[in-house]
Amino acid sequence: MIQALIFYVFAAITIASGVMVVSSRNPVHSVLFLILAFFNAAGLFVLIGAEFIAMILVVVYVGAVAVLFLFVVMMLDINFVELRQGFMKYLPIGLLIGVVIFAELFFVVTSWVIAPDLITAAPAPDPNAVTNTHALGALLYTRYVYLFQSAGLILLIAMIGAIVLTLRSREGVKRQRISEQLSRTPDETVEVVKVQRGEGV
Amino acid sequence: MSDILREYLPILIFLAVAIGLCLAMVIGSLVVVKQRPDSEKVSAYECGFEAFNDSRGQFDVRFYLVAILFIIFDLEVAFLFPWAISLGGIGLFGFWSMIIFLGVLTIGFVYEWRKGALEWE
Amino acid sequence: MDAILETYVIPTAIILAQILAIVVPLLVAVAYLTYFERKVIGAMQMRKGPNVVGPFGLLQPLADGVKLFAKETILPAGANKIMFAMAPMLTFILAMIAWAVIPFDAGMVLSDINVGVLYLFAISSLGVYGVIMAGWASNSKYAFLGALRSAAQMVSYEVSIGFVMITVLLCVGSLNLSAIVEAQRTVWFAIPLLPMFVIFFVSALAETNRAPFDLPEGESELVAGYFVEYSSMTFALFFLGEYANMILMSAITVILFMGGWLPLFDIAPFNWIPGPIWFFAKIAFVLFFFLWVRATFPRYRYDQLMRLGWKVFLPFSLLWVVLTAGVLVAFDWVPAPVLG
Repeated sequence: MIQALIFYVFAAITIASGVMVVSSRNPVHSVLFLILAFFNAAGLFVLIGAEFIAMILVVVYVGAVAVLFLFVVMMLDINFVELRQGFMKYLPIGLLIGVVIFAELFFVVTSWVIAPDLITAAPAPDPNAVTNTHALGALLYTRYVYLFQSAGLILLIAMIGAIVLTLRSREGVKRQRISEQLSRTPDETVEVVKVQRGEGV
Repeated sequence: MSDILREYLPILIFLAVAIGLCLAMVIGSLVVVKQRPDSEKVSAYECGFEAFNDSRGQFDVRFYLVAILFIIFDLEVAFLFPWAISLGGIGLFGFWSMIIFLGVLTIGFVYEWRKGALEWE
Repeated sequence: MDAILETYVIPTAIILAQILAIVVPLLVAVAYLTYFERKVIGAMQMRKGPNVVGPFGLLQPLADGVKLFAKETILPAGANKIMFAMAPMLTFILAMIAWAVIPFDAGMVLSDINVGVLYLFAISSLGVYGVIMAGWASNSKYAFLGALRSAAQMVSYEVSIGFVMITVLLCVGSLNLSAIVEAQRTVWFAIPLLPMFVIFFVSALAETNRAPFDLPEGESELVAGYFVEYSSMTFALFFLGEYANMILMSAITVILFMGGWLPLFDIAPFNWIPGPIWFFAKIAFVLFFFLWVRATFPRYRYDQLMRLGWKVFLPFSLLWVVLTAGVLVAFDWVPAPVLG
């Protein structure tokens, strides 16, 4: 009973914060509600026994992706009045795209069935007998090796893409060059000047 | 309730206790102590000046780059966790599979190093 | 009626009692850590440290606490009020709930979850939010700059902490914290994985914004960084959260590398002492290093800090992951996965 109660609390908060993400006027609040939604989703994952996925959701989405979102919305100087100006002009197109996506989702969901023999063919391991992390590790790197390697390639592309898009080298900045610092000798840098009495240098 | 969930229940209660504790501390101080704000007290601190402009400006794009690179390495670590604890069960093939994965990402790392994405000034 | 009492009320009461048994000593420990810090640094600088309030100044933390409580809570006019108040609370709550999974002795743990290491990793990766929110909500330039620096710094060292955790996990074969401690019965991981131990300790310094990585607070340039606008209990919560995080990081170091509650040697006089005492003694030992480092080293410059994180620690710890795995596989030492 408690489990059901907790499920409904988590589910309700997830949906409510999802609505707030879309509807709140301040984008920083939107991101914070998004984080709240992620948390409750993690709670839902724990409820079905998927503890590894729950923790990874928090580590990757809340701990890394949402930090980037927060960086962007907090620190970019976005003028929100200006952003809202084109709202009415783009409303019909937006609605059209919304309808198309909704229709596609509708067709996908209604025509989708679970193959009846699938559940018996590949039984999920019992979470009380083997931890999810071990179950995942036993499959991911061997049986699904191609998917795993393509994930690696996607990460490589993301890394290179980020650098190509954002890196600008600036002129006239001073950098510390440790090798130069260490290889300096007193002969190159110190000059001994003999000063005559009564005269300046 | 299954065994797994039984272990998570204390965390939920702990969370509630921690929230209650810090609310009690802040609200307690707010209620007990006399509050007398004035315009100088509540203005932003700027070494005696009035604030010249709003503090939330644009800043160096490098901080975004750090955040993006962090996401990528964080994902790499996330992939390593199940591998690290099940290495005994997946044998040499699993080992080399991960070495190739890390090799691919090392190429990216070398690229960003050579490009100077890790330089700060 | 009795059934409800037995199935819900009594277990909840037991859990609450256990939580209080963690939280109350933790808060006392935080208070006395500040005292300990001032005494240790005082001794290192040939001063006496606090010695007026109470015998040997022992009541100083209490006096500080009462003072902070009795101050006026200031909400800056330009600040985003709700977020301004939420940021210190978040820091404090995160520093508290991480303790739910820390094992104090064999079986003496509040929630013995299978993914204990990941839970701690997740909690420590959330710490950055308290800082960013505080810096942004204050609407002050010092706070904003401090928050930015701090966020980039914490994020950079998070990666090496992840890799270090992986090397330890390779030698254990489980994510459960008690299993990690038990795996160190023959030898503490600090010995075979010494370089990782050093990297973890230094990253822990950076992660908790301690000297020599205390740039976010850099009082000589940013006055106090992200909490410049805070006063009274909101400031106290940041303070408590930071020191609780220090103790937490020391506890994680002890669990991962110094054998948790296990005695120094498993022979007669040592194994008479109960596990929790060993655990606390080891935490105090690591904390002493935190303070010693603060008294000894000058502050890093920001470019040096980022270079250390990304160009030294990250490649080095990644290399060690591969090396450890390679050695384990080559000599067939890989621990069998601990199922269930």
